[in-house]
Amino acid sequence: MSAEIAIGRKGRAAGRHGAFGDAAFKTLTLAFAVLVLVVLAGVIASLVLGAAPALEHFGFNFLITEAWNPVTEKFGALAPVYGTLVTSAIAMLIGIPVAFGIALFITELCPNWLKRPLSIMIELLAAIPSIIYGIWGLFVLAPFVQEHIEPALIDTLGAVPGIGLLFQGPPLGIGVLTAGFILAIMVLPFISAVMRDVFETVPAVLRESTYALGATTSEVVWRVVLPYARIGVFGGILLGLGRALGETMAVTFVIGNAHHIHASLLQPGTTISAALANEFTEAVGDLYLSSLIALGLILFVITFIVLALAKLLLIRLEKQAGS
Amino acid sequence: MIPLYARRRLTNRIIIGLSIAATGFGLLWLVMVLGTLLINGASAIGPALFAQMTPPPGSSGGLLNAIAGSLVMTGIATLIGTPTGILAGTFLAEYARGSQFGELVRFINDILLSAPSIIIGLFVYEAMVVRMGHFSAWAGAVALAIIMVPVIVRTTEDMLRLVPSALREAAAALGAPKWKVVVMVTYRAALQGMVTGVLLAIARISGETAPLLFTALNNQFWSTDLNRPMANLPVVIFQFAMSPYADWQVLAWGGALLITVSILVLNITARILAAWSSFKS
Repeated sequence: MSAEIAIGRKGRAAGRHGAFGDAAFKTLTLAFAVLVLVVLAGVIASLVLGAAPALEHFGFNFLITEAWNPVTEKFGALAPVYGTLVTSAIAMLIGIPVAFGIALFITELCPNWLKRPLSIMIELLAAIPSIIYGIWGLFVLAPFVQEHIEPALIDTLGAVPGIGLLFQGPPLGIGVLTAGFILAIMVLPFISAVMRDVFETVPAVLRESTYALGATTSEVVWRVVLPYARIGVFGGILLGLGRALGETMAVTFVIGNAHHIHASLLQPGTTISAALANEFTEAVGDLYLSSLIALGLILFVITFIVLALAKLLLIRLEKQAGS
Repeated sequence: MIPLYARRRLTNRIIIGLSIAATGFGLLWLVMVLGTLLINGASAIGPALFAQMTPPPGSSGGLLNAIAGSLVMTGIATLIGTPTGILAGTFLAEYARGSQFGELVRFINDILLSAPSIIIGLFVYEAMVVRMGHFSAWAGAVALAIIMVPVIVRTTEDMLRLVPSALREAAAALGAPKWKVVVMVTYRAALQGMVTGVLLAIARISGETAPLLFTALNNQFWSTDLNRPMANLPVVIFQFAMSPYADWQVLAWGGALLITVSILVLNITARILAAWSSFKS
């Protein structure tokens, strides 16, 4: 439709002046739009080419090997992939309920005058760069976790059979748990901003009629707002997950960078992005470098899938809201 | 009172209490991070920070070369990223409404918007650093520009879409060709929003560290050669904070405070600008 209108308009202009300008301007903007696609294609191509030597050398074993030894040139992605998934899982476990609470407070409970300042403050939390969280995590959070939180966890949950395995070993402060916790703080604003936006799309009539039937606030949220907004909420969660998976600097500071898989969350580990940030500029030898790029490729594939899924859900929501 | 009603009221109170607690929990971190930054960073802020170069371990110094490097690379990235982002955003808003190709570009752009910045660093490393044979400030600036573009594309498109069609139609009715309509009417109407987008994009790249690690690397000395590694605040903060030297750690805090304050100022300026433009219309 709109394309036809645009052509019609251009045709009319062609009879007089500006036809050349029109064509040139449209081509110019089109070229830069294509550039966005070229960047993505370039990212994929450079990752695949860079990773090829390592993937050819190790084959499928690259994905399931824990060893990471620059001296003997044995590399496997299992430990960083595991670390990436576990830290993100911790971040989601803490981040989702808290983000939900914040979104609930902003949309349903808080007085109107407080809404904007509160939203802005939460958004500023997202504006603080990753490296600031990193330096803060290293000097403030990690010692606090080491002295207060980890001993308590070891004494209580550590004694429980089963999940106790997750809380074994000395309290180091630096480790998978601290990294997951920092990630939780970092993804909070992203998830709560999306949740807030989708909660606001719920028609006021639905809310008001439920209140009129005598429902409490929590019932309105559970039975009306959440079911109505569930696609968007899920999309927001995936968006936050995408962020957590690729987050680099904050994690690099506090995870300890050890290529080992421990059952205990209190032990140091590594993630894909932390391994890249730490080792890339110091990597000697083509196979080492290529293995690191292969890690990058794995990270890209995982985040691409998660983010694409998030985007598709949010697009579906827009269409639903539009119709 | 009916027991059922009492139970429902109790559940409600618990949920509301938890929700307030969650909000407090979220804000607590903002206060704590900013508070620690102020306390630890304030002692590092002084004339020396802006006047001296980054020191070797164990001696005092400043961050002059890192501050200058960050400004240079952010500046070049802005010069590359702004026109690119605005033109691509213009295509999406003015020429691709409802087209499949437009949907695809929008979708890919949104993915690049949230893609891990370290991946962009890897890409620029492969595409520029390997080919040129050395780390360089150019590579750093290009990496930052790539991170900037999706933000600007997104805000430009959103802002152009807010411009009422009647304005475009009126200009077209006067015989203006479409490119003139876009440049002289639509851009002017959306100017403040677009500037807001650029400011937010600059704020976004000011603290980016991961993509600079593999591209601009770092440089302990003053350098104006864009073909060589260049010092920059984020990488200096990373290196100094992870070191065991107390002098370096103090400088890292000072740099961290500097970056955070600039980003918050950029963010708040952008917000005021956005509020002002919506007030005016």
